[in-house]
Amino acid sequence: MEVTLTVNGTEHTVDIEPRELLVHVIREDLRLTGTHIGCDTTSCGACTVIYDGMPVKSCTLFGVQAEGVEITTVEGLLTAAGLDPMQAAFKEHHGLQCGFCTPGMMLVGKSLLERNPAPSDDDVRDAIGGNICRCTGYMNIVKAIQAAAAANQQAASADASAPEPANA
Amino acid sequence: MLPSSFEYHRPTTIDEALDLLASLGDDAKVLAGGQSLIPLMKLRFAAPEHLVDINRIEGLDAIEEVGDELHIGALVRHNQLVDSDLINSKYPMIAAAAPQIADPLVRNLGTIGGSLAHCDPSGDLGAVMLAANARVTLKSSDGERDMAIGDFLADTFQSAIEPNELLTKVKATSPTGSYGGAYLKLERKIGDYATVAVATRLSMSNGTISAAGIGLTSVGLTNIKATDAEAALSGQAPSPELFAEAGRLAAAASSPVSDVRGSDAYKRHMVEVYVRRGLARAAEMAGAA
Repeated sequence: MEVTLTVNGTEHTVDIEPRELLVHVIREDLRLTGTHIGCDTTSCGACTVIYDGMPVKSCTLFGVQAEGVEITTVEGLLTAAGLDPMQAAFKEHHGLQCGFCTPGMMLVGKSLLERNPAPSDDDVRDAIGGNICRCTGYMNIVKAIQAAAAANQQAASADASAPEPANA
Repeated sequence: MLPSSFEYHRPTTIDEALDLLASLGDDAKVLAGGQSLIPLMKLRFAAPEHLVDINRIEGLDAIEEVGDELHIGALVRHNQLVDSDLINSKYPMIAAAAPQIADPLVRNLGTIGGSLAHCDPSGDLGAVMLAANARVTLKSSDGERDMAIGDFLADTFQSAIEPNELLTKVKATSPTGSYGGAYLKLERKIGDYATVAVATRLSMSNGTISAAGIGLTSVGLTNIKATDAEAALSGQAPSPELFAEAGRLAAAASSPVSDVRGSDAYKRHMVEVYVRRGLARAAEMAGAA
């Protein structure tokens, strides 16, 4: 079955079986292997992607459901200007040990800050409730997401004081 | 893990979906949020030959008051309930339960209709809707019927829906006057099934309880409506003794089994504790404490 979906701003048309999960399409058809398969049972969040604006577990959606949908994977965080503030914060604050959960954690963090630019630690812990870090590095993950929030706030106030507003 | 092969259908109107269900019969399953169905298919506990994906049907995702009732469309995602001003301002029991369902990522996709139709005795919304005396609307190409939620949640993973029917809406009478509600959930971690959870609501009138609802999660073969406890509350003035008695009656109505989450005796005891606490919280909200 032919499906057209947009991943990280690029439109792709793939020919897939209906039973292929979205994570298979992303990893095997599009070769974007930053999206991980952890538990494969909707528990761990290693396969998290932003789907139609919301973080979801891509092992629990069929690829065919994504017809016309915009998806962001961890590869989509990187811009021409370099690392996304979330990526930079994870690097700076040692928000990862083995790195397996990291793509999911960063995407959930990114999505949280879009809804809530200045979250409390409890808000952050709540938001990553569907993502498991088996290195148990949660303290630094929370710190990293908070650092990204602070960096975003700083950038926003710098933009506000600049004579020309940055692109929206 | 790959599920068995199936044919995929993506209707864009209710009529189109109902025609598909009518012609495919027992070989088809409805795909809503998929957060329970897809895991079951991956484990091959379910292997439908056809999937009817209703996610592109418009008009099934409204949360609204119609007359003296609350109507929740079958495709309303759990996080829509979490974010709903109407739910947060007027429906404290649902508002308390919604953020405790599964985990934040699952809540972005999981739907109220799918959750109820799945009939998992560990489902949170089943207990809530039993306590709310809710009804579900079932549509088919032959017409439409409403069914009490208690009849709908027929058995473990077994609803009373016919293969040609689609659950389109959940309805509950809007509370008036002084009322309160709570959902208390004991879970080992976010995303785990409840060890025990209890939905409670109370409406007060002239210092006595005019209506009470109690639903139980994870302590039987289905979600359980604690009818004896509800009856004991009705018409009485709220007191710690009364709520303790309701707790004992609700615990007696439960039939938990021992598992990795706790012994049957522990779970039964926690039903008692949570009914007591949940009623106290509801009474406090209703201004009776």
